Amino acid sequence: MSTTTKPGVLLQMTGIVKEFPGVRALGGVDLDVRAGEVHCLLGQNGAGKSTLIKVLAAAYQPDEGTIRWDGVETTLSSPMAAIKLGISTIYQELDLVADLTVAENVFLGHEISRGGISQRSRANRLVRDLLARLGHSEISPTRIVGELSPAGQQIVSMARALSHDTRLLILDEPSAVLDQGEVDNLFRVIRGLTAEGVAVVYISHRLEEIRKIGDRITVLKDGITVATGLAAADTPTSRLIQLMTGRSIEYVFPARPVEARDQGKPVLEVRDLALPGVFSGVDFTVHAGEIVGIAGLVGAGRSEILETVYGARRASTGSVSVDGKQLRRGSVPAAVAAGVGLAPEERKSQGLLLDQAVYRNITISSLGRFARGGFLNSAAERRRATELTTSLDVRPAGVVRAVRTLSGGNQQKVVLARWLLRDCRVLLLDEPTRGVDVGARSEIYALVRTLADSGVAVVVVSSEVEEVLGLSDRVLVIREGVVVHESAATEIDESRVLDLVMEGRVA
Amino acid sequence: MSESVGGVSTPEGPTAGDGPTRDTERVERAAEETARDSGGALALLQTTAGRSLGLVVALILLCAVGMITAGDRFASYDNMMTILRLAATIGVVSIGMTFVITGGGIDLSVGAILALSSVWCTTLSTQTMAEDTHWSVMVVVALLVGAGCGLINGLLIAYGGVVPFIATLAMLASARGLAEIISNRRTQIVHVQAFKDSFNSEIFGIPLIVVIFVLVAAIGWVLLNRTTFGRRTLAVGGNPEAARLAGIHVKRHTVLLYVLLGLCCGIAALMLVSRTTTGSSTHGTLYELDAIAAVVIGGTLLSGGRGTIVGTVFGVLIFTTLTNVFTLNNRSISEQSLLKGLIIVAAVLLQQRLASRKGNT
Ligand SMILES: Nc1ncnc2c1ncn2[C@@H]1O[C@H](COP(=O)(O)OP(=O)(O)OP(=O)(O)O)[C@@H](O)[C@H]1O
Ligand SMILES: [Mg+2]
Repeated sequence: MSTTTKPGVLLQMTGIVKEFPGVRALGGVDLDVRAGEVHCLLGQNGAGKSTLIKVLAAAYQPDEGTIRWDGVETTLSSPMAAIKLGISTIYQELDLVADLTVAENVFLGHEISRGGISQRSRANRLVRDLLARLGHSEISPTRIVGELSPAGQQIVSMARALSHDTRLLILDEPSAVLDQGEVDNLFRVIRGLTAEGVAVVYISHRLEEIRKIGDRITVLKDGITVATGLAAADTPTSRLIQLMTGRSIEYVFPARPVEARDQGKPVLEVRDLALPGVFSGVDFTVHAGEIVGIAGLVGAGRSEILETVYGARRASTGSVSVDGKQLRRGSVPAAVAAGVGLAPEERKSQGLLLDQAVYRNITISSLGRFARGGFLNSAAERRRATELTTSLDVRPAGVVRAVRTLSGGNQQKVVLARWLLRDCRVLLLDEPTRGVDVGARSEIYALVRTLADSGVAVVVVSSEVEEVLGLSDRVLVIREGVVVHESAATEIDESRVLDLVMEGRVA
Repeated sequence: MSESVGGVSTPEGPTAGDGPTRDTERVERAAEETARDSGGALALLQTTAGRSLGLVVALILLCAVGMITAGDRFASYDNMMTILRLAATIGVVSIGMTFVITGGGIDLSVGAILALSSVWCTTLSTQTMAEDTHWSVMVVVALLVGAGCGLINGLLIAYGGVVPFIATLAMLASARGLAEIISNRRTQIVHVQAFKDSFNSEIFGIPLIVVIFVLVAAIGWVLLNRTTFGRRTLAVGGNPEAARLAGIHVKRHTVLLYVLLGLCCGIAALMLVSRTTTGSSTHGTLYELDAIAAVVIGGTLLSGGRGTIVGTVFGVLIFTTLTNVFTLNNRSISEQSLLKGLIIVAAVLLQQRLASRKGNT
């Protein structure tokens, strides 16, 4: 092994191996990161990206391999040791304490204190500066973190990372909870940091982001480095996909039905729905076989609209009807009984039973189908779940493992599978492809379209305008809780949607 | 296993068109099969041997100690039945407790509910209708009182938003108080001969109350592991918000769990009444602690989402055997309590050790 390190190389990981019971998550990974660069990690769901960065953050101890920091071989014994070296990490799953304030979270583990007495006002002041630097001075340091939106929490995580003397910033799919404008904002912050010589490791499944912000790319596949040092700007997409998946994938949306179907009566009718302070006057209908997309900024009330339709929030006025029958307000069981399904945005807290087997997570909403007289037929459950996980390409295969041991993207697929399995009349999908790799994305699009073709009314919320436009038949654009535009998806383009969404926001 | 790991590392490269795909598929199918095989074996290990291994070892050790110190007095058929009869009452309560804890709750009022049930059903027979009371009336009353108390607990917790600890603490106090009022603080002697006869009968030489315990445990196992009710219990305890959004009636389910436990308390009350031929407001004192301890050392997660009936049964057997061994050796209750505490800690530590070792292989 060579002992000399090229100048400028801040971090060098060689032959990193990490095994979990029954899974070799990393099977010899090499990675070198230079000061001042944005190094992108690419790979399918379950390729080992998150595991690699957890090794780097010392959240896991590697089984084999060496880590050189500034040319010196180092063992990272604890997360604190990694932080002390200047490694700050923003994990894929947000790791904030929901009941503490923003400032308390930012300084968790390195509280600002003098002689053991915490100096709250000084901490608040420092946090306010950090948030301003991140372009989010509207977040108050004294807010309780649990009350913030996922995007807001992401910002708090960023502030926490920046509160340390950072030399290497690791971002694991940060853009998954952000919308276009916030991603741009994030990139601005990242550029500022790299200009100061901070190195950044950036993980994302969105190739266009990587082109925009990345310098070099390392590709992981099944826990092995298959390519490293690729130029982010001009490596062809097809080559990257080939490297990641081992095959070439057409990243396309399924075709819409050619002739407009006989529309008949709408399946889902939402009339004048309002939730005080969040949205008002929301009015739309969805017919059988139709996919309606909702575009808008994070925080514009998109998820809240879905949750209200589903009865998880209680509307103050307005009505939701399925097949002409009005649903009881604020009752999930009523909505479920009428055939409404919701794949929620916050998968981990709202969707998953982490310690339960994959198949149990998938069948929990359709247990009746696998039961006779209350007794479950587990074999049938597993068979159906296996069919779905295979078509969604959940890795590793095998439906009896606990969901907790799956990678982030694969967990998303499991929640989605639950709702694809249920016979819904109306399916509400909140960010269906967040964190899902390119290969599985097309699968999901195809599945959603197949469901629609079988007569389901689908509503899709997504931060990716391209996805909303590509997948849906009709598009609603939401701004600050109000529907500002409704048209066929073919009659509007991406830049127009962005204009609509941002209007009044750009000062 | 090593084969599948080696296979997954299919190198990228100039492989032809769909070559890698097919290869990956093959590998994954193989991996899945191994997962399923070992999954079956693992599942078995988890439920019977693995998770309960520490408990089995502890029980065997206890029996060994019993045999060495008390010899034939311990290892006799009669003594075994004594142990089982003791275990039956607390056992039935613990089975119900397993459901409540798995569903993310806790119930401190089981002993008090038991006392109230016992008093209510015996008072009925001693005071109102005297000796002509048909024994089935007592049974129905005990079960109704138990289930009723459970219903109140459940409604307060699920719909009233009172935390389980407080709601059931209140029930603990008031149920015992009510039991004292009803019984005038007097022990109620059961005169209904038919009741005594039917509950003290034996089936193939096994006391009826032991048979009832076995039945309740068996039904509990099926209910938890094989039915939609059990699956929903795991979901509600593991992640209530996810369960709610999955369309489960979380509140209604929570109420049902407490009613189920109340019903178990009613059954246990009948068993205790038949064993002691009395109903008393002091019956079942500290049962809540014994039941919770048995459930937890059995391997059920105190925070909910994971539960094991087999473990609970072992937990109960360990505690009652311990009591029996101590009584046979004329040791004090205090020593017994001390050792109980140590056993709780030891069993939990041992289980964690086993669980992590299992994970590493
Ligand atoms: N705690 C764990 N126990 C067992 N297996 C695990 C654990 N964590 C991760 N794995 C497995 O390790 C592999 C790599 O997971 P990892 O989270 O690193 O993937 P990833 O590349 O980040 O994927 P994604 O894009 O979906 O986030 C997966 O096969 C996963 O199932
Ligand atoms: Mg990941």
